[in-house]
Amino acid sequence: MLTLYGERFASRLLLGTAQYPSPAILRQAVEASSAEIVTVSLRREAARARAGQGFWELIEQLGVRVLPNTAGCRTAKEAVATAEMARELFGTPWIKLEVIANDDTLQPEVFGLVEAAAILIGQGFQVLPYTTEDLSVAERLVGAGCTVLMPWAAPIGSARGLINREGLKTLRAYFPDTTLIVDAGIGAPSQAAEAMELGYDAVLLNTAIAKAGDPVKMAAAFARAVEAGRLGFEAGLIEPRDMASPSTPVAGTPFSRSIASLDRS
Amino acid sequence: MQILLNGEPVATDARDLDELCAKLGFAEAKVATAVNGSFVAAAKRGLTPLAPEDEVEIVSPRQGG
Repeated sequence: MLTLYGERFASRLLLGTAQYPSPAILRQAVEASSAEIVTVSLRREAARARAGQGFWELIEQLGVRVLPNTAGCRTAKEAVATAEMARELFGTPWIKLEVIANDDTLQPEVFGLVEAAAILIGQGFQVLPYTTEDLSVAERLVGAGCTVLMPWAAPIGSARGLINREGLKTLRAYFPDTTLIVDAGIGAPSQAAEAMELGYDAVLLNTAIAKAGDPVKMAAAFARAVEAGRLGFEAGLIEPRDMASPSTPVAGTPFSRSIASLDRS
Repeated sequence: MQILLNGEPVATDARDLDELCAKLGFAEAKVATAVNGSFVAAAKRGLTPLAPEDEVEIVSPRQGG
């Protein structure tokens, strides 16, 4: 089971709700993914408009938990105010905390991230920070009270997979008791499986499903990949080795000769 | 007076944030608010007077990643 701030979930796939071809496909994709948690955001509402209301009704129909984000925030102050608005709107203490450094990489701005995390935890939020795989930043976040970390695999929407696999592996080894979720940069089900095989607790993704040729089928593919990767991790992967090691028993191989017999010839 | 509503200059005679929300048709809407970069809870909107040049944000739920 996936544990987030004391709550347990059967699904280890968290799904974003943006960029789907239609609300109906979003709904079907969430169902096909078996996700129990979806990410949402908040944006400016035009006077007398009801864009937010319509979207909220759709999410309520899905019957899943929502994880609001602070996407687009550039400073700790913006992220804190956005988190406070999200808590009131969505009625949850959870916040996917994003403080972004620049438009090209959408890289976490880790100094603002740590600052905002500490403030929000002080206000009773349960913070899920979108961060890098940097150990010292992770330590600061855990020190501030985060029991969940969400390192990126690659830049948001890039579909490049685990570009620093060793870094993610080290983070897992260094924080055995922290819930670790790979968030962003996953493009293929195999990449999600790879993260899960490393022992990550869950995967959060959006673009890879929403922009797939068939988002509903891709959601099902990711659900299976995440489950397969987790089962593989729990089963215990064998260590890689440099040279071959025969899987078929060597003893009794027809036509073979023992070293002793070779000596006699 | 002129305020900045969601990044755009707007003229209003609303005395406080609650009145502004009502005038914009948000009285019963699922929105959250901030003034000059700080969150204002729904219950505090009536206690939040508006002044010229105030920067008001009114947001609602939206798709997110």
